[in-house]
Amino acid sequence: MTSDAPTLLSARGLSLAFGPITALRSVDADLWPGEVLAIVGESGSGKTTLLNVLSGRLPPDAGQVWFRRQDNRLADVHAMRAPELRALHRSEWGFVHQDPRQNLRMNVSAGGNVGERLMAQGARCYDDIRAEASSWLSMVEIDPGRIDDLPRTFSGGMLQRLQIARTLVTHPSLVFMDEPTGGLDVSVQARLLDLIRKLVARLRIAVVLVTHDIAVARLLADRIMVMQSGNVVEAGLTDQVLDDPHHPYTQLLVSSVLTA
Amino acid sequence: MDGYNFAYLDEQTKRMIRRAILKAVAIPGHQVPFGSREMPLPYGWGTGGIQVTASILGAGDTLKVIDQGADDTTNAVSIRRFFARTAGVRTTTRTTEASVIQTRHRVPETRLREDQIIVYQVPQPEPLSRLEPSRVETRNMHALADYGLMHVKLYEDIARYGQVSISYDYPVMVNDRYLMAPSPIPAFDNPKLDRMPALQLFGAGREKRIYAVPPYTSVRSLDFTDHPFRATRAPHSCALCGATDSYLDEVVMDDRGRRMFVCSDTDHCTSRREVGHAGPESLPEAAE
Repeated sequence: MTSDAPTLLSARGLSLAFGPITALRSVDADLWPGEVLAIVGESGSGKTTLLNVLSGRLPPDAGQVWFRRQDNRLADVHAMRAPELRALHRSEWGFVHQDPRQNLRMNVSAGGNVGERLMAQGARCYDDIRAEASSWLSMVEIDPGRIDDLPRTFSGGMLQRLQIARTLVTHPSLVFMDEPTGGLDVSVQARLLDLIRKLVARLRIAVVLVTHDIAVARLLADRIMVMQSGNVVEAGLTDQVLDDPHHPYTQLLVSSVLTA
Repeated sequence: MDGYNFAYLDEQTKRMIRRAILKAVAIPGHQVPFGSREMPLPYGWGTGGIQVTASILGAGDTLKVIDQGADDTTNAVSIRRFFARTAGVRTTTRTTEASVIQTRHRVPETRLREDQIIVYQVPQPEPLSRLEPSRVETRNMHALADYGLMHVKLYEDIARYGQVSISYDYPVMVNDRYLMAPSPIPAFDNPKLDRMPALQLFGAGREKRIYAVPPYTSVRSLDFTDHPFRATRAPHSCALCGATDSYLDEVVMDDRGRRMFVCSDTDHCTSRREVGHAGPESLPEAAE
């Protein structure tokens, strides 16, 4: 990544406090198109808060977030009006939750779940929507024959993959992921990580990934930001940071990973 | 009329309802909250419609009330008599003679005119109510015109049954902006709402909402391009007047499976028989 290429998402001086608790202290971040940025840190370090501020879901006390739209216009995320922000969230952005049940409609078939974003954007041809949903199901390794099954008949790993299909169906340029592999067993995790890595590389999607799992960050991320109590203590290329950590907290984090 | 204000409601209440109606007309399809009053009939019998009618009724108006298309059912008769007593207005069963028509679950077959107002009784004004339980969220969806969810429902129907399975209260887009519940009229009546010359007012008493479709406003039934909206009716002709284009009710005649189909719009059926149209069941009578 060259830093003179135009960024997709930039944040400058983000600060946020919940009463006496500082969640973010003057955080800067940059994300280039097609790049995966991991935000790591322990619980309560402000990772998820940062994700919510970057995605416009939570207004910061200070600072700005800029996003480059597909028409190359820069948009100030927190100055956007609600309809525009919601339109952005269902077209050029995606959000993958830790718990797929938060995002999926559990009483709507898999095909309907994948098709919803298309229909929200104005797709009005049933056969096209169905074909698109079916191709996305096979893309995330779900048998297209299950297109009319309800999500509650799916396993945890399938639900997460269904959520990814539902998010990526509109070809977003930026996806926010909050612990996408949390709560899954190790073999399912590995398969899911493999899938995310493949899709992200193939579709050139930029990802902001929040995780407490260093191994996930190492596998997926190009760059990494290490957070501790609202501060970014170290940032850089993933291998650089993880192989040669400078900050004592990063050293602690890296050395505390269990190796089987 | 002694002991009552004109048309039962006090003037202050009528002014409040008229303000809600004006706002509703200004924003076609948008649900306007209003302070619904207790009326001397139970919820579900048309408390919303009756309040709207009471606020727009003038001494010179002629009122028609229909229930499922019929002028002679309990609900229709009671409401018609209620206004005859409390407002002293003329009442009629003729669609063409009425200036105000209050209706439950049907739109008259006769095309309405510019000088008429039709008032619908609405049990559930929120078209998204069965899909999204939170009213805060549905309000947001209306504000942001975020109606993908309604299409998901149609998609699910086609995936499961091969067609959209909504036969009444079929959701419509008003003026290409607001998603609206047309009240539980059969989907057959939906095309009549589109660009109707008469003013259409919708009152939901229990849910405390009023909404409106001004004259000549586009009302489009939701559909897919490859599964277009189709108005369906029972594939029969009316047993009394022989009409093949009207909406039919199925009437069970006995306990041996005999049934007949008759026009649900009684005025339409009567007018047709008066000018000589006849169906298979009316022939013996005509011979007498």
